[in-house]
Amino acid sequence: MKTKATPSSSNLQRRAGGQVFKFGLAVAVAALVAVGGLALLVSIMEHKQEAKNPFFRVVELTDDTEDPAVWGKNFPLQYDAYLKTVDQERTKYGGSDALPKTPTKADPRSVVAQSKIEEDPRLKKMWAGYAFAIDFREERGHAYMLDDQTFTGRQTKPQPGTCMNCHASMYTAYKRAGDGDIVKGFEKLNPLPYAEARTNVSHPVACIDCHDSQTLALRITRPAFMEGIAALKASQGVANYVVNKDATRQEMRSYVCAQCHVEYYFKGDQKRLVYPWGKGNKVENILAYYDEVGHKDWVHADTGAPALKAQHPEFELWSQGIHARSGVACADCHMPYTRVGAHKISDHHIRSPLLNINKACQTCHRWPEEEMKARVEKIQTTTHQLRNLAMDALMDLITDLKNAKAAGVGGSELATAQEFQRKAQFYLDFVEAENSTGFHAPQEAARILGESIDFSRKGQNALRQAPPLKTAGL
Amino acid sequence: MRRKTIAGVVLGGTLGLTLGVGAYTFIYAKGGSYMTNDPKACVNCHIMQEQYDGWLKSSHRSVATCNDCHAPADFIGKYSTKAQNGFWHSFYFTTGDYPDPIQITERNKKIANDACRKCHAEIAAMIEGPANKHSAADTTSCIRCHRNVGHLH
Repeated sequence: MKTKATPSSSNLQRRAGGQVFKFGLAVAVAALVAVGGLALLVSIMEHKQEAKNPFFRVVELTDDTEDPAVWGKNFPLQYDAYLKTVDQERTKYGGSDALPKTPTKADPRSVVAQSKIEEDPRLKKMWAGYAFAIDFREERGHAYMLDDQTFTGRQTKPQPGTCMNCHASMYTAYKRAGDGDIVKGFEKLNPLPYAEARTNVSHPVACIDCHDSQTLALRITRPAFMEGIAALKASQGVANYVVNKDATRQEMRSYVCAQCHVEYYFKGDQKRLVYPWGKGNKVENILAYYDEVGHKDWVHADTGAPALKAQHPEFELWSQGIHARSGVACADCHMPYTRVGAHKISDHHIRSPLLNINKACQTCHRWPEEEMKARVEKIQTTTHQLRNLAMDALMDLITDLKNAKAAGVGGSELATAQEFQRKAQFYLDFVEAENSTGFHAPQEAARILGESIDFSRKGQNALRQAPPLKTAGL
Repeated sequence: MRRKTIAGVVLGGTLGLTLGVGAYTFIYAKGGSYMTNDPKACVNCHIMQEQYDGWLKSSHRSVATCNDCHAPADFIGKYSTKAQNGFWHSFYFTTGDYPDPIQITERNKKIANDACRKCHAEIAAMIEGPANKHSAADTTSCIRCHRNVGHLH
């Protein structure tokens, strides 16, 4: 018997429950879509806001505003990036490890970089008798420049105030010391003992060292660079070059860095900082300049050679490379344009381009990051291998010279060999002390190291020419 | 009956709100501009400002817009490409997780490369010859050498 199916009360309840569920689901989905839509709306609004008001002037900057934190109130994006130079990060051949250190009264640093002379003891032999054989560590970021100089073991030998030129914010210090004239201030601070000059400064390199406070334009503040670049331009036939007047904006994006990342020496009793570019800024030009003025940094303890120490000639090596030739400035790779919100600013976190390949390289080079890194490291590995060969050759010469001296060899052969040592180690140090492991100008770096090996071997040959020694028995 | 009315009002209200928010967002974000060929639409957000600035000074500024090179010619191909790129561009711009300088995808590179042949088919055929084309990889890349005709970066 068929009976008409009549919905039972439980069926009715179930159906009503199902409708409530569907209704709830529809409301929930619609609500979620609305949430998504609103979130997107807010995000779009924020992005639109980013495109407005790039700059708020909240403090008045003057030509005497030294503290970068004050500048940072007007330029928080640049200042935040600048503060990041405290980061310690390694690349294959550069960068620094953050090694813990027990602070002492004399050296309160709790973190230092690895020691290069412990890493490669051949450096100690190269610098025997010079302060660099006492303490020489991998360079750290700009934030550490003042502390790392104040507390280096090299301070056990008396250092002049000149050193401060590149380890502190100097513009206002020079102005104060020279009553408004930075050249006078420079001349006044150079001959002071380091500790005394140190009391004039309080910050590592800061905004005012590169920027005009009113226009934010790049500006050279180091008298030594003004004089050095004028001498270099004169050697190229450009007379009376005034860098702050004659340089283009793109040149300034390298020159502000070249105020310090260069080879230099301290001239005479006044310890005036001089960039030796009067004959040009290639390694042989610089050596010819030193030979002409009769400069030596120290006398080598083992051999008596009148030795030279090359100091981070980044600007000089870069000048010989393809990037300089193509008009690429230091800042293009070390401070590449970076997007913050809707704005592009120069990245003031100055660092190795290898830590920032997308922004530093790929604007021009359309290859994958891994490919760019591999290209750089291939150049650096080749340079490093050559550097090791040149170092071995120099060690051979120093050993031979030491033995010859001990055996009583003298005269012109000894002097010739010492002269070759001076050349060999200046050339080697020119690439060793330079901070790109050859990348700034690969072929030039290879040429310099090749010549260094040649000088070392020629020095050994010179010793062979020495007449046989008379021994006590004869 | 009363319960159903209330349910209908709530559901309708929620859907209406959703539609309203959606429509407002669409208009606020200049959604309609993306249906056009106007290059200004590509700089609604500022990521491609450099490319736009470069195009304004490029050799192709008077003869080709963004879509001429970066979208296929046929209707379906063009709008599906616009939809796909539009979605991913919005996604990456919203999350902020993208390389900068921006990089073209393989698919879009192929579209741009094929687009050269919309106008330059004859010279491309003369360069490539008729017989040696076995696969897509055999296609000569125009933009590998002529990378600055539209915009340099």
